[in-house]
This record gives sequence, structure tokens and C-alpha cells, in this order.
Amino acid sequence: MPTGMLQIRQISGHVGSAPGAGVQREEEVCKYIDVTTCIGCKACEVACVEWNDMPFQQTTFDNTYQTMPATAWNYWNLIKFNEQPREDGTLQWLMRKDQCMHCEDPGCLRACPADGAIVQYTNGIVDFQQENCIGCQYCVSGCPFDIPKFNGTTKKVYKCTLCSDRVGQGLEPACIKSCPTGCLKFGTKADMRALADSRARQLREHSGFPNAGVYDPPSIGGTHVIYVLHDVTHPERYGGLPANPTIPPAFTIWKRVAKPIALALALLAAPVAFFHYVMEGPKEPQPPSGPFSTGFGESAPPSGPAEREVPR
Amino acid sequence: MSTAVDRFDEAARAKVGAHARTTIHRDELLRHPAYTRVLHWCVAACFVPALLSGFAVYSPCLYRWVTPLFGGGPMTRLLHPWFSLGFVVFFTLQFLNWLQPMSWTPDDRRWMRRLKQYVSNDEPFEPEYVDFFNAGQKVYFWAIVVSAILFLASGIPMWFPVTFGRILVSIGYVLHDLAGLVMLVGFIVHIYEGTAAEPGTFQSMTRGTVEKRWAWTHHPAWYRRATGRDPRADYADAVARQARSAAAPDQHPPRPS
Repeated sequence: MPTGMLQIRQISGHVGSAPGAGVQREEEVCKYIDVTTCIGCKACEVACVEWNDMPFQQTTFDNTYQTMPATAWNYWNLIKFNEQPREDGTLQWLMRKDQCMHCEDPGCLRACPADGAIVQYTNGIVDFQQENCIGCQYCVSGCPFDIPKFNGTTKKVYKCTLCSDRVGQGLEPACIKSCPTGCLKFGTKADMRALADSRARQLREHSGFPNAGVYDPPSIGGTHVIYVLHDVTHPERYGGLPANPTIPPAFTIWKRVAKPIALALALLAAPVAFFHYVMEGPKEPQPPSGPFSTGFGESAPPSGPAEREVPR
Repeated sequence: MSTAVDRFDEAARAKVGAHARTTIHRDELLRHPAYTRVLHWCVAACFVPALLSGFAVYSPCLYRWVTPLFGGGPMTRLLHPWFSLGFVVFFTLQFLNWLQPMSWTPDDRRWMRRLKQYVSNDEPFEPEYVDFFNAGQKVYFWAIVVSAILFLASGIPMWFPVTFGRILVSIGYVLHDLAGLVMLVGFIVHIYEGTAAEPGTFQSMTRGTVEKRWAWTHHPAWYRRATGRDPRADYADAVARQARSAAAPDQHPPRPS
């Protein structure tokens, strides 16, 4: 993705800080998704594959409105449909635009071992740099939203870029541009959060949704894609949105703290062995044959004819 | 079960041995037959690149240094599981080959209690009861066995993360690291002990033989089994022979019986 207009804040698998981080102040961006006004038209799905030039592939029809069971390496934006029974027996038809959440603390970036394969821009967008991706798929395990998808042919992982190429040029993401109802909006994080809060208040106070709220999970420092939900206490009803998304400790405390210490301790074996030799010397066979032997090859050159040969 | 393993080992030793030759010079003993040596170096040829390519991805501090050895990050990732599978295959054969001499005995517990004396080179001779392998070698062997199982059990989910799910994979990630760290320490110690620390050891894995001096010094019980002679008495003979040849350097040393 072109990075000319975007400043990098975090780099995966990288020693030291991101070069130039903090030189420019930039507003954090945010995608606002109001699931209560989404009509499931899938214009955003089409806009996504069109803009990112990804050919459509054969899919699975499972007797629902959903285009395919889950997002794919070449299908980053998917409306998830769910028929949720209400207490009175009627159905509530829930639809949620599923894509990368662009976490403030991205599990994919935390898990990634390849230098520069995942970056986070100062505006909050988390972007994969496929030329640096090694295809290990650690990001798949690091992500709480099941977003990174592996392509077995290119051996690279792909996901929604939040149209970093468009945003870098001052345009809104393709999905936003295509939305006919205005349930998708794009702007600064502060503005979108304020808008979402006021919409949720409206739903609570005037539309009979007492549990309406904003999905902006604090467990990963918030996200740069936020939802207004009718019932924020049950996010899992919206196509499996996790109530408390977390990054496995393997990629946080273990990777950041324990692993470097453990490696340093393990490599200590080499100088310990060297100084053991320097201080204690070798264990010579007794009685020693001469004043010096290196330990490599024969300790004393064999003399005379071979005593015997065995075919083993 | 064990007889089937024995039959398999015997057949493999015979088959490889038919294409091999081990030359035993005067005052030497056969230590490792050709089959064992070939297996050892096949294990090493897979293990070393597997360890290196694994640690290339272990830490950002190593990534830029080590991945170029394998042709870059993607190639490192692509090759690592195949090196590792080769290691598992060859080590399985070595496991069967060495199961019997590596089995843990009460003498090994005794040896472990005097590990400090061993490390500090306090005693020039190993205790009388040390057989073909000492307890330290056995610890390394069983550490490899446990690590190989850990590597395989955690590596397969890491290879196919979509099939196994993110929680299993992230647990596997930690176990894989731990096994790798154990192997790194073990490998460094193994190389040191096999070369500089104990002169005469390296040739046991190349030419397959060791000097009798080496055998009665480091593995007296094995020396007794292999030659039917007393290790300390033969050591005393060798000292006397050395003294005689020092007194009369022109005299050809007598052939050992």
C-alpha cells in the first residue's frame, strides 16, 4: 500500500521505535458503523472488491442472505446476518458489516515476527505489508476478530486496509463512499465516538432499545472501527462479535518480556562453556599423551598399521 | 515390542554396515558403528538448520541476522517445518537405536549427585560404574526426546493454525519456544563436551573409534564390558609403559595384549 502520506507509529517484529514516529501530529481516524440503520444491501461489499480489484470467487450458499460464511483473503468486507429470537417469539434481523477493526493495540502486530510485515500508522490504521510477510500466520492467532486470512498460493496474509491508499490521499474508504443509508461514516475518532454516543442515547431514550450502546472495546485499547448496537450487552449475537476481545498472553507478556530474557540466558551457555575451558581445561584421557591436544580429531595420531577392520 | 525394535535396529545396523568400514587402530575401541554415525550426522544436518531457522523467527533481534541464511523471511518460514520433520524422522531412528544404552539406571542417580565434581574436573577418572553413556549424556538424550514431542505437538497446530484455532496455537507458540530454548542450551553444551572439553570424543562420531585410554577414563564400566579387562589395572600398565619408554626412548613399545 502506498505510504507516502501516512506516518508509521508501530512496526511488527522491529527492533527499536518506528523511524520518524511522532514527527507529525495526525488525527486518529475512525469508521462509524450504525448497525441499526444498515439495510444489508451489500453495496460496501461490492465497493470493497471493486476498489481493491479482487476477483470474486465461488462461494458457499447456506440458505441465508450472507455472501459467504466468513471473510476471505480476497473478500475483506462481509455483512453478517443473524435472526435473533426476541422474548415475545418474534425475530430481530441483525446485520453487521464485518471487517478489520483496526485495534488501537493490534494483536496481529503483536504476534507478527517479521520485521515490517504489519504497521500501524499514526492515524490508527493497521496495515499489512505483504512484501515483508513470511506467511507464518501468527497474526491469525493474535487477532481476536478472526480477520487475517491466508492465501496458500502467495503464502501471504491479507485483510482490510481501511483503504489506507485512499485515506492517505484524503479520501474516505470505498465502503463509506458506497453506503446508501448513511449508516457508515468516516472521520476522526473523537468525532465518530461522539456521534456514536449520541446515536446510542437516541436509541435508548427514544427508540425502545434500553441496552443500546457503542462497541469500542477497551480491552484492546479501543478500535478504529466502532459499532452502534441495539444491544451492546450481547455483541456476540451480531455474527460473533467478542464481548471482551483479548490478545493471548503468548504474544504480550511472553513475547515482549519473557522471550528476550530467556534467549539471553540460553545464549549464556556459550560464554560459560568457553570460560569453563579457559578456567578448568579439557578432561584428558588418562594418562595424558602429551602437553597439548585440541580436542578436535585424534588426540594422538594413530601410528602403525591398522590392528583390525570391522565391517560395521 | 522391544524385540521388534531390536530386530529393526540389528537389520538397520547390518544394512548400513554392509556399505561402511570402521578402521580400529592399535589401542582403540569401536564406539559408534557406521549406522549410529550416519544417523547422528543426518539428525545434525536437519537439526542445525531447524534450530537456526526457528531462532530467526524467535526474536526481532535475530530476524535480520539469520533469515538471509535461508534466502529471506518467507523462505525461512517455508523451510523450517521441513527441516524439523527431517529431524523428527532421523531422531526417531536414533531413539530406537539408543533406547537400550540410554535407559536410566540407579547408577545414573548416583552420577547426577556428583555432577558438581564432574563439571569442575575434580576427578580425572569417571566413577567405576559409568557405562556406555554417562547420566549427563542420558539427560541430553531424554531432553531431546521430550523437546521433539513438544516441538511436534505444538508445531503441527502452528503449521495449520486455521484448523486448530487461535488458543491452541498461542499455547503451542509458548511450548515451541520453551522446547527451542532447552535445545539451544543442550546443543551448545553438547558441542562443547563433544569437542574441546573432552579430547578424543569427536572422533567417536567421525571415525567411530576411541582410544582405550579414553574409554577407561570416561566410561570404565563400558571398557570392562567391551574388553573384559580391568580399567584401573590397564591404566596402571599404560603409566608403567610410558615410564619405560621415557627411560629407553629407542625401544619399540610392546604391543598391548
